[in-house]
Amino acid sequence: MLELIDLKVSYGPVEALHGLNLTVAEGELVTILGSNGAGKTTTLMAVSGLVPVRSGEIRFEGRRLDTLRSHQVVALGVTQAPEGRRIFGPLTVSENLALGAFSRRDRPAAAKRLRWVYDLFPRLFERQDQMAGTLSGGEQQMLAIGRALMSEPRLLLLDEPSLGLAPLLVRSIFQTIRAINQAGVTIVLVEQNARAALKLADRGYVLEVGRLVMAGPAADLLHDPRIQTAYLGGGPPAG
Amino acid sequence: MEFFIQQLTNGLAVGGIYALIALGYTMVYGVLKLINFAHGDLFTLGAYLGFTSLVSLGLADQLGVGAALALCVLLVMGLSALAGHVLERAAYRPLRKSGRLSAVVSALGASIFIQNAIMLLWGARDRAYPADLLPPMTVSIAGQPVPLIRLVVFAVSLLVMVGLYVFINRTRMGMAIRAAAIDQGAAKLMGIDVRRVVAVVFMIGPALGGLAGIMVGLSYGQINFTMGQLYGLKAFTAAILGGIGNIPGAMLGGLLLGLVEAFGAAYVSVAWKDALAFFVLILILVVRPTGLLPERVAEKL
Repeated sequence: MLELIDLKVSYGPVEALHGLNLTVAEGELVTILGSNGAGKTTTLMAVSGLVPVRSGEIRFEGRRLDTLRSHQVVALGVTQAPEGRRIFGPLTVSENLALGAFSRRDRPAAAKRLRWVYDLFPRLFERQDQMAGTLSGGEQQMLAIGRALMSEPRLLLLDEPSLGLAPLLVRSIFQTIRAINQAGVTIVLVEQNARAALKLADRGYVLEVGRLVMAGPAADLLHDPRIQTAYLGGGPPAG
Repeated sequence: MEFFIQQLTNGLAVGGIYALIALGYTMVYGVLKLINFAHGDLFTLGAYLGFTSLVSLGLADQLGVGAALALCVLLVMGLSALAGHVLERAAYRPLRKSGRLSAVVSALGASIFIQNAIMLLWGARDRAYPADLLPPMTVSIAGQPVPLIRLVVFAVSLLVMVGLYVFINRTRMGMAIRAAAIDQGAAKLMGIDVRRVVAVVFMIGPALGGLAGIMVGLSYGQINFTMGQLYGLKAFTAAILGGIGNIPGAMLGGLLLGLVEAFGAAYVSVAWKDALAFFVLILILVVRPTGLLPERVAEKL
């Protein structure tokens, strides 16, 4: 469904991605892991058309995305809930969700979508008239995901949804992500919380300073000693 | 009392004009964080386009005053919007990825260009709107005869402001403008074509500025190719006073500044009218730089 072919992205003279190859099949939940500066966010931003691609290709269902502008990418069904949530703080929760459906002019469908989002996140329903900037961090994350779902994405890009959240909230957000995936939405999940992400995902990719260093089924990665050392905090047994 | 009513109505009319121009500054700033220094000159352009359609084309003789004015307003707003669009494409869009300072320099250049273009096209002398176009009617307020045109100017600007407010808060494009003003990147991720939002903002502002230009011509009779400088600066002050980037703020700031000027001229000294306006600018920058109604910021990270 999504295909990155030898993708190179640079910010000015600095190359952030040095030729990334990555595929996501329909219905999958794929996670991209790596530490800060590995190029995870850059990858999602390139797919969403917010950073220019220097060379290589991004294909979605066979169509080139890298030549499109960001609103056209959303119109095709690829939506991102960005890092740091980027909700519209001065607007209410329901206004934020309405903006999420901006690319869909079909009103009855949007109303149906809204009910689904409120079912997934009952807290948002309770707070629909509240200014989004006054929500708690967890609620803001729910809003960011809910807002992205309002555009009826077939491919949902999630960038660090667990960032800054308490462990209990992380678990609840991840359960919801699974539910969204099971509802038929293909998901690319960028995470620093590698353990939780690998438990959730079908497959994983590991990036290091703009290069792919490992890829495979999530279960294998979870038990790979290199991953455990580098990302799961489990060093080699002492002694 | 006599004096008071005169100055009040005068202040509201001038304030309405400031507010209309200020909206152009504040909307562009809201979305692009750029002060469009050429905006005052688009206002001048509107005044001259109005002059041409009323005097040179002689619309009033052919259509009657009412229809002529209506057509003139539509024509001027349309052409001003077009001029704003061309300005954005030529002077700002190519610099979108450059630093903020480049855009400011480009804005100043565009201002000089438009001003000189107007001088070359219409001449450096003052031009006069037809004096007999509107009958010198007055309305009695608290026993005082007040020129009707003042009330019309105030009413029209109020009406336009309400219209704009509804547009921003109730329409799809209005929502897109608000979203882009808060976070351009996030707006793009919502599927909003931010380039189009910018284009629309650069058309609405000059259209309102052009309307203000006609109203100045009709109110005071005389127009001049440099008048955009002072009006522009005053309107910019009004936008800062209300809180730049904030649409109701521009309306409030415009009306307040008009009243300060009118009452200042009346009760302090006419000679100090402009100085008072800029004193307000300095005062607000020192005491409350975010303006009376700051952009609502309620970000919690």
